[in-house]
Amino acid sequence: MRDRRPLFLMTPALAWLTAFMVVPCLLILALAFFRRGLYGGIDYTLTWENIALVFDPLYAGIFLKSAWIAGLSALIAVILGYAAAYAIAAMPRRHQPLLLFFAVLPFWSNYLVRTYAWIVLLNREGLIVHLARLLGFEGELPRMLYTETAVVIGLVYNYLPFVILACYAPLSRLNPEVTEASRDLGASPWTTFRRVVLPMTVPGIATGFTFVFVLSIGNFVTPALLGGGQFQMIGNLVYAQFLTANDWPFGAALSIFLIAIMMGLLTLQTFASEKASGGRNA
Amino acid sequence: MRNAPLPLMLAILAGVFAFLYLPISVLVALSFNDGGLPTAWTGFSTKWYGALFANADIMGAALNTLIVAVISTILATLFGTLLAVGVEIRRRKGRFLETLIFAPMIIPDIVLAIALLSFFSLLGVTMGLHTIILAHVVFNLAFVCSVVRARLKTFDWSIVEASTDLGAPTFTTLRRVIIPVLSPAIIAGALLAFTLSVDEFVIAFFTAGAGRASTTLPMQIYAMIRFGVTPEINALATIVMGISVLALTLSQRLNRGGLPGQ
Amino acid sequence: MFRTPLTGLALIAALTSAASAEDLVISNWDGYMAPDAIDAFNTDTSNSAELVLHGTNEEIMGKLIASKGAGYDVVFVSSPFAEVLNKLGIAETLDHAKLPNLANLYDAATQLKHDPGNAFSVPYAWGTTGLCYRSDLIDETPDSWWDLLTPSDELKDKITMLATDRWLLAAAQLANGYSVNTTDPIELDKVKNDLISAKRTLLAYDDTTFYAKLVSGEADLVQAWDGWCNYGIAENADIQYVIPEEGSDLWVDTMVILKNSAHKDAAYAFVNWMLDAEHHRWAAENILYKVPNKAAMDGLDPALLAQYPNMAISPEELLGYEQLLDVGEAQRAYSRIVSEIKAAD
Repeated sequence: MRDRRPLFLMTPALAWLTAFMVVPCLLILALAFFRRGLYGGIDYTLTWENIALVFDPLYAGIFLKSAWIAGLSALIAVILGYAAAYAIAAMPRRHQPLLLFFAVLPFWSNYLVRTYAWIVLLNREGLIVHLARLLGFEGELPRMLYTETAVVIGLVYNYLPFVILACYAPLSRLNPEVTEASRDLGASPWTTFRRVVLPMTVPGIATGFTFVFVLSIGNFVTPALLGGGQFQMIGNLVYAQFLTANDWPFGAALSIFLIAIMMGLLTLQTFASEKASGGRNA
Repeated sequence: MRNAPLPLMLAILAGVFAFLYLPISVLVALSFNDGGLPTAWTGFSTKWYGALFANADIMGAALNTLIVAVISTILATLFGTLLAVGVEIRRRKGRFLETLIFAPMIIPDIVLAIALLSFFSLLGVTMGLHTIILAHVVFNLAFVCSVVRARLKTFDWSIVEASTDLGAPTFTTLRRVIIPVLSPAIIAGALLAFTLSVDEFVIAFFTAGAGRASTTLPMQIYAMIRFGVTPEINALATIVMGISVLALTLSQRLNRGGLPGQ
Repeated sequence: MFRTPLTGLALIAALTSAASAEDLVISNWDGYMAPDAIDAFNTDTSNSAELVLHGTNEEIMGKLIASKGAGYDVVFVSSPFAEVLNKLGIAETLDHAKLPNLANLYDAATQLKHDPGNAFSVPYAWGTTGLCYRSDLIDETPDSWWDLLTPSDELKDKITMLATDRWLLAAAQLANGYSVNTTDPIELDKVKNDLISAKRTLLAYDDTTFYAKLVSGEADLVQAWDGWCNYGIAENADIQYVIPEEGSDLWVDTMVILKNSAHKDAAYAFVNWMLDAEHHRWAAENILYKVPNKAAMDGLDPALLAQYPNMAISPEELLGYEQLLDVGEAQRAYSRIVSEIKAAD
């Protein structure tokens, strides 16, 4: 009884996931090994071409560039998010849920709208420039919209609330007695933070970083809207293979590498979490 | 952490909150700006809201979004809850199973989107609202499942054993014993799924069919942003945000145990 | 195991079928016909057509290729894309008996290079690609493609170029005096390098809002299709359009009926309705693009031609420019060049 019941409960969901996630992803895996037909479509001849093309310096470079932008966004988001989570955890307990609520709130407004808000702020005839002029700034401000910086700002902005949430969880569970003990033993606040607090909150940092990195590297909307089409990230490249170049097999090959990166990061993150919790139990 | 310097902590909070709230408050303010442009305040007006509600395309897209969100939420809540209960009853935790359940939450949306596009295209399935719903159920059920599982971690399984020991069939146990205890978490999960579905753009964009019949609100917003700054977007953004705030507040009240997504 | 999703699929299909229309579906660019044209067509012919919008050629092509054209009846795409639809077997071979208003077109417009004899496409609008600029903010009047590619310092970061690969490449192809359909690797390499160096002075690649950027003052000089420059001129009379001395391409936007259309008679009725002198003139007045319809153009108000000088470019002049054609296998090289340009710093 106890063994059969869970299966019956899980069947609908697992069947759904199999049909509409696992099978389509396997299909993409298969597609990556066929040729592109002359006018789009698929020529069912087996080939390694698409996989090899991913390692072409041009496309490998786009992967690296995406990883750089995603990594930078994740790093900034983690620094800001960790600081915010730390500050929230330092507030009186009764205020913390409300602060956390307001930190997460923007996350639940529409993603496109949040990105659009930055267009309104950053464009050359936008709010920031007008405010600067109002304050008497005469010269020309450097271009803000349609730059890499704008894309990074957009990504950080969109995913920051999640990082705050992820970092807050381990920080709030931190036992004050531990830090007090460290202080009593003569450690400076910085040493206490570095040697005691930080290691215990690694899982939150790892989760936050992974999340921002994974969502950023596959993103095509933010580079399209805030980057002025001036550079491609992997998401844009996949988008272009499916909608512009009509090269589905190559788009599929790129997707597989995206999935592989994601899986690799997840394993690392699990490893980081396990190592941290292992350390705590010891 | 009580020993953290308070002024520094307050400064950090002020900075981060300003960063989080400045852009969206600008949109809200602009939605009431008569001139509609960010460059000058020309007086308070609700005319953009009027223009918004008079725009049949936007209203049609809003209705489509509602249909997608409601149906996918119902299905995802049902499947996700059953999955959560099933997984937690099982004593042995399989790594493969965990990955399968976790995957929809972190798989890049563009990958799932093109996988489904290729899948439907090769099967010859005509795409439309129904294909968007199928796709949304995939990630929604995973999120519902994770919220419900969080509640089940503190669930007292002995009452289930008591129920089955008294001879109640599995389904009765589920309906009479497990579901009532879980209902706040289930509703919170459903609200989360609903919000995610309302906001989802990339997957809908790729799995939608021809025409307005399957254009959702985010697709409409994307098209509008692509064609420049239209003040109606500000009004729309304000309303969408209002609804999200409401949904989040509601789910918070129902599920005091933890925040959605935690 | 698979029963549940399939039952779900059937259930959802049943629930949503009420929302999916049984109408004639026409896909066009936003603002590329009179706003109430569809209503007028429906009233005139007692059809129920609905208009859907695509942002770019690529967007609609992606959808059409994925669905083999199912769900759409008439699509508006630029001529190289119409050629691809034909080669993929998605485009309907036109029955001219159902399109008597084809007679309204200029003779030359029925013999365009991409489709002589209108076998699978009907031209809807045509024109040139050139430079659109703020005459009040620019000191020197631009007259060459090199003014766009190697601009003076004052124009740095105030220039946009088109994002669609064919027109983006065309700017450098025309500047160098190459064919806009060149597949010569040496020429393409030069084009690529010119565009990479032009990127350093660019604000953005923009297909959809460049005229708005001119109006707001975000940009001073943009690569533009003539008709969309007119949208800018309508809001600011200081905006002007010029065809650079090296020339332009002749672009043709077409109407294509899809082979899989479930409403073929209505689709023909729509294309024929649009070709009517009155209706096509109405379109031209609204979108401020030239239409290849002699009867329609003859009826245009001269005041309109005075306000928007590029509306008066004659068919003879247009036909002197090279038309963009599908480049077949070389399209991969074109796509790759765009990736290389975007990957460059």
